[in-house]
Amino acid sequence: MRYVAGVDVGSTQAKGVVLDEHGRLAGSALLDVEMNMSTAAQDVFARTLADAGLAPDDIAFTVATGYGRYRVTFGDLQVTEISCHARGAVAEFPHTRTVLDIGGQDTKAIRIGDSGEVVDFAMNDKCAAGTGRFLGAASFALEMPLPDLGPLAMRATAPVRITTTCTVFAESEIIGHLARGHRPEDVLMGMHHSIATRCASLVRRVGLSPEITFTGGVSRNVAMVALLQNVLDTSLNVSARGHFMGAIGAALFALDHARAGHTGSAATEVTL
Amino acid sequence: MTTLPSLFVAGIDIGSTYTKAVLLDAGQSVRATALRRSGYKPAAAAEAVFDDLVSNAGLTRADITYVATSGYGRYMVPFRHTQITELTCHALATIHHFPSVRTILDIGGQDIKAIRIDERGRVRAFRLNDKCAAGTGAFLEKTARYLGLTTADIGPYALRATKPAEISSVCAVFAESEVINHLASGIAPEDIMQGAIAALSGRAVQLMRRVGLEADFSLAGGMTQNPAMVAALEAKLGAPLQLPPQGLGQLNGAFGAAMLGLRRASRLLADGRTIPPPGGTTTVIPHRWSTHVRASRDASASAAPGLSMPRQPQLAAEKVG
Repeated sequence: MRYVAGVDVGSTQAKGVVLDEHGRLAGSALLDVEMNMSTAAQDVFARTLADAGLAPDDIAFTVATGYGRYRVTFGDLQVTEISCHARGAVAEFPHTRTVLDIGGQDTKAIRIGDSGEVVDFAMNDKCAAGTGRFLGAASFALEMPLPDLGPLAMRATAPVRITTTCTVFAESEIIGHLARGHRPEDVLMGMHHSIATRCASLVRRVGLSPEITFTGGVSRNVAMVALLQNVLDTSLNVSARGHFMGAIGAALFALDHARAGHTGSAATEVTL
Repeated sequence: MTTLPSLFVAGIDIGSTYTKAVLLDAGQSVRATALRRSGYKPAAAAEAVFDDLVSNAGLTRADITYVATSGYGRYMVPFRHTQITELTCHALATIHHFPSVRTILDIGGQDIKAIRIDERGRVRAFRLNDKCAAGTGAFLEKTARYLGLTTADIGPYALRATKPAEISSVCAVFAESEVINHLASGIAPEDIMQGAIAALSGRAVQLMRRVGLEADFSLAGGMTQNPAMVAALEAKLGAPLQLPPQGLGQLNGAFGAAMLGLRRASRLLADGRTIPPPGGTTTVIPHRWSTHVRASRDASASAAPGLSMPRQPQLAAEKVG
C-alpha cells in the first residue's frame, strides 16, 4: 500500500491530488486546460507527483473524473464528477446533504443521502449562464484575472442589474455598462448576483437540505460565497481545498480500490 | 410617386452589431449605402453612418428630406423623423423585391427572426430569439474568431469542407469548447466551420417552422453574403431562398425603413406640410405601422434601448459597394 491519485480534468482546469494510505493529502497541482485534454491530464499528474515528491510507480491506483475523464490515458478507472464531488464533500464535511459545485462550464446541485450516497442531482450543462464561464466573460471584458473578481465585487455600492441570460451577450452588456460610466465593482457584483440566483434555483430543484457544501473553482470566490449564503439564507461549508474536491473524491475512490487490493486497468465507469 | 425631384430619404437600421443605412430618391432608387460596426455607442455609429451615407451620395445633410430609423437602436438617433420596428421594415422591403415571399428569415448579430407576411407585406406572425446566442450570428462569429477567420471568410472557407464536423452543443459558449476539442483532435477548420453553419441553419429553419414555413422564402441580414449558409438553409428547406438584389441583403431593414420614410415624406409633402430638417422636431410616430403586428409590444420591448447591448467594442469603419 503506497499512494493513490485522483485527476479531475474539467472543461477549464485540470486538478490532481495524491493521497497517502490514510487518505491524507500528499500533493496537489492545478493547471489550465488549453487545447488538449490528454496532455493537460498528463501534465497535471506529473506536477502532482512532483509536488508530493513521488514517482509514478509509487501510485497504486488512479481514478480520473471530470468532463475530460476519458481523455486520461493513464487512469485505472473513470468516475463521474457527481460521485467524486459528493465523496470529497462528505469526507471533509460529514453532515453534507447538498453539494453545489460551480465549475468552469457547468453547475451541479447534488443531494446526498444519510450515508453519504448520491440521491439526486440537477445539472446546468446546456447553457453557460450560471456557470464559471459567466465570470470568465466578466474577466475578459474587464481584462482582470479571475481571482481578483470576487474581492473587487465585494466593494460594490450600487450593483448593476444584469439583464441578459446568455453569457455571450453578457460580455457586451458589461462593456455597455462600463461605457455608460458604471463602476467595475458594481457591474461585477451584478454578474455575481446573476450566477448566484441561477445556482440557487438549481439547488432548490434537488431540495435545499442542510448542510450545504460549496465546491468547485468558483467556491474560492468570496463574493459568490457571500451572495449564495444570502440567497439561500443559510451558511455554506466551504473548504480551502474546494477547488480540488472532485480530485479528492476521485482519489478517495482510488483508495477504496487500492485497499481492496485492486490494481490498474479496469476501465469501467462507476455510475451513481 | 412624387413630383419633387430632389426628395431624398435615408433609412438607418441600428442593429446590435452593425448600423446600416440606405438613401433612396423620389423614384425609390438606391442613391447610396453605408455600413459601420455599431460599437457600444449606437448613437455615435448612427451619426457616422449618416455622414458616410450623404457623402457617398455626393450630398450634404441639408439635402436629406426625411430620416427613418429602425433596429434596436432606433430611438437613439436624435436626427430621425420617425422610427419603425425592423419587422415592418423587413416585411416591406422583402415584398417590394419579391411579391411571392411569405416567410422571411433575418439572421442578425445578436438575434434571429422568422417573419410570416401576407401578399401586401403585412406582418402576420413572427418568432424571435434574442435571449441566447445559439442560432444567431454571434455563434458563427465566435466560431470564426476561434479559427482565426474574419466574418467575410466564413462562407468561402466552409464551402471547402469535405467532412463537416458535428457541433452538438446548443450554447455558443460550449460550442467554442467543442470547436477547440475538434481542432485538438485534428479536424480540419473548414469542416468545423461547415459544422457550425449546419448547426445554425438547423436552428434557423426550426424558428421558421414556428411561423408556419409558408413558401416562398427569403433571407435578410449579413448572412446573405455567406454562400455556405445560403446553401445550408436551402438544403434544409428543400427550396430556394430569395436574396435581396444588389447587395441589399444586409441592408434590407434600412431599405425598408427608407421605403416607409419615403411614403410618409411624400404624403406629408402632398398634404402641403413642411418637414423640418433632420435633427429638428421629431414627428409623432403614426400608430398604424404597428397595427398589424399582434405581439408588437413584445417586439418593441425586446428591441428597446438598454435591454440588449452592442457586442463589439471596436468601431471599424466599413463601406458597402
